[in-house]
Amino acid sequence: MRSSSEEGAAQDTGSEHVAEFIDVSKRFGDILAADRLNLGIRRGEFLSFLGPSGCGKTTALRMLAGFEPPSEGTVRIDATDMSAVPSHRRPVNMVFQHYALFPHMTVAQNVGYGLRQRRPRLPKSEIGAQVDKALATVRLSDFGTRRVWELSGGQQQRVALARAIINEPTILLLDEPMAALDAKLRAEMQRELLDLQRSLGITFVLVTHDQEEALSMSDRICIMGRGRIVQVGTPQDLYDRPCNRYVADFVGKANILSGEVVAREAGQARVVLGCGAEVLVPEGNPDGRRHVDVVIRPECLSLSATHQDEDAAIRARVTHRTFLGDHTEYLLQAEGTGLLQVNLPRQAERTSGGHGVGDDVHILWAAGTGLVLAADD
Amino acid sequence: MRFYAVAVYGFLYLPIAIIALFSFSAGRSASSMDGFSTGWYVRALSNPFVMEALWTSLKVAFFSAVLATVSGTMAALALTGMKGRLRAIFDVLVMIAVMIPGVVIGIAALIALATAFSAINPWLEVVLGRQLSMGLGTLIGLHGMFTMSLVVLLVRGRLETFDRAQIEASNDLGASPLGTFLQVTLPQIAPAILAGFLLAFTFSFDDFIMAFFVAGSETTLPIYIFSSIRRGVTPEINAIGTMVMVASLTLLIIAQILLRTGTLRAKG
Repeated sequence: MRSSSEEGAAQDTGSEHVAEFIDVSKRFGDILAADRLNLGIRRGEFLSFLGPSGCGKTTALRMLAGFEPPSEGTVRIDATDMSAVPSHRRPVNMVFQHYALFPHMTVAQNVGYGLRQRRPRLPKSEIGAQVDKALATVRLSDFGTRRVWELSGGQQQRVALARAIINEPTILLLDEPMAALDAKLRAEMQRELLDLQRSLGITFVLVTHDQEEALSMSDRICIMGRGRIVQVGTPQDLYDRPCNRYVADFVGKANILSGEVVAREAGQARVVLGCGAEVLVPEGNPDGRRHVDVVIRPECLSLSATHQDEDAAIRARVTHRTFLGDHTEYLLQAEGTGLLQVNLPRQAERTSGGHGVGDDVHILWAAGTGLVLAADD
Repeated sequence: MRFYAVAVYGFLYLPIAIIALFSFSAGRSASSMDGFSTGWYVRALSNPFVMEALWTSLKVAFFSAVLATVSGTMAALALTGMKGRLRAIFDVLVMIAVMIPGVVIGIAALIALATAFSAINPWLEVVLGRQLSMGLGTLIGLHGMFTMSLVVLLVRGRLETFDRAQIEASNDLGASPLGTFLQVTLPQIAPAILAGFLLAFTFSFDDFIMAFFVAGSETTLPIYIFSSIRRGVTPEINAIGTMVMVASLTLLIIAQILLRTGTLRAKG
């Protein structure tokens, strides 16, 4: 595990961890749902577990909440081993995927549920005041007496949020909370969640399979695959320096090309691609292999009708062109590589005049862009 | 189609309607209508044998329904946490218990109890100086056992529409398992539990065939009706029958309403 996650592991030994996974594994029968997870969650950060379904991200979250005991290893919250602490005694609260609101209670009763469990009991007036405050925080002040099933999906979502944050948890867990909302509401909820996280200063841990959601909201993302942590880093880290093909493919759009290293110099590799073009690509984690995958983001490439010698170029034909306002997406069929995507900013297109479908062009690869990927596990 | 529907419903309900009608007869014949009177009702309600049988029936129905409700609810709760083959076996066993004819259960219970009593009684005689016999206990036990499967079916039906994530949510919000049961699970399955109780009560209250085998010297209302018919049917029987029917129907309708509101609420 690979450049930036090692960096992360080094920092993870610090004291600012609100929760830690230490060699945590979880088995369901023959299935290894979590495989030796090691992760420190920093106090006050917004961390996302990102991965396709079945990658172990929800299992990780449920082990934090206390719904699943780890088969091996230790989960710590506030430096305390949680092995013997049942979910109802943990200082965390969860927003469930389908909210799991109590249908036999009003909105206010739902929100006050956590406070009513406190022993010694809180006075009714105190609970009432805090419920009002929590409802105001999620902009549902006038909804206290409503039944939860009378509310829209977005409103139910906010009730679930209020019900969790009223307990002032050390960590707020969010299990794909936006999955059931339509796109417009989702964007609105994402903004609200971020504002809430900033104003409350609570650590948020989000589980999602939506990479855009993870990229736009998280301080750090923990990418998971087949029960393992593949890479941990800031969204920029993951986008610019994916550790392997899996991460490159999962985060953002990526052109991944295979090639052969013909020379290595000063952290860069001279790679001959399948189409014959020779490119100079930084190597994040040199491992001496000859056959490598190279990733390059669509916006790092450019197009030209003519070939300029200082840049490596791939001959290709435009097959699709999608105008998207600020930029244009080109899909190109190159010899020996398959489909490549190139995004041209509107400004660049204005000066060059753009290219039409069927045009033969050169894809220009500036020296020193892209990244040589380490082997997948 | 409409003619058949009328014929079928007539065939089903006409005899019952006629009994209800004839119970208001002023004459002495149970099978004709001679004037109008509520006298047979007065007479039935002031008949000490009827009242004693009614009291026995109510006791049996109440305690067997309590037994069935508690054990049936616990069984239903346990079954929802169960998967696979074991669950399938229990499901089948519950269904079979509902489908086996009452007469078979009655005979089986009689033989089993008689065998068990004859084996235990000599020992009990020595230890406690008392013996077990057929009576209120066996009636309550048998009815409770049988109606338990009705409660299991009703409560489990309700639990199936119940979002299990609510239990995790409640735990997550700091409620202990017992607190979660009392505050989240119980309030939502309560209509089904109450409906199960009413159904069990009605079933026990109306049952003749099983009770007949294990009643010993006790006389429930259906057993009283059966034995008095042998002495000749009077409109008093019609009056008793009508009262039993109205009471049972009322309970069943309440049970239906409970189940429906429970389901509506669950759907949200």
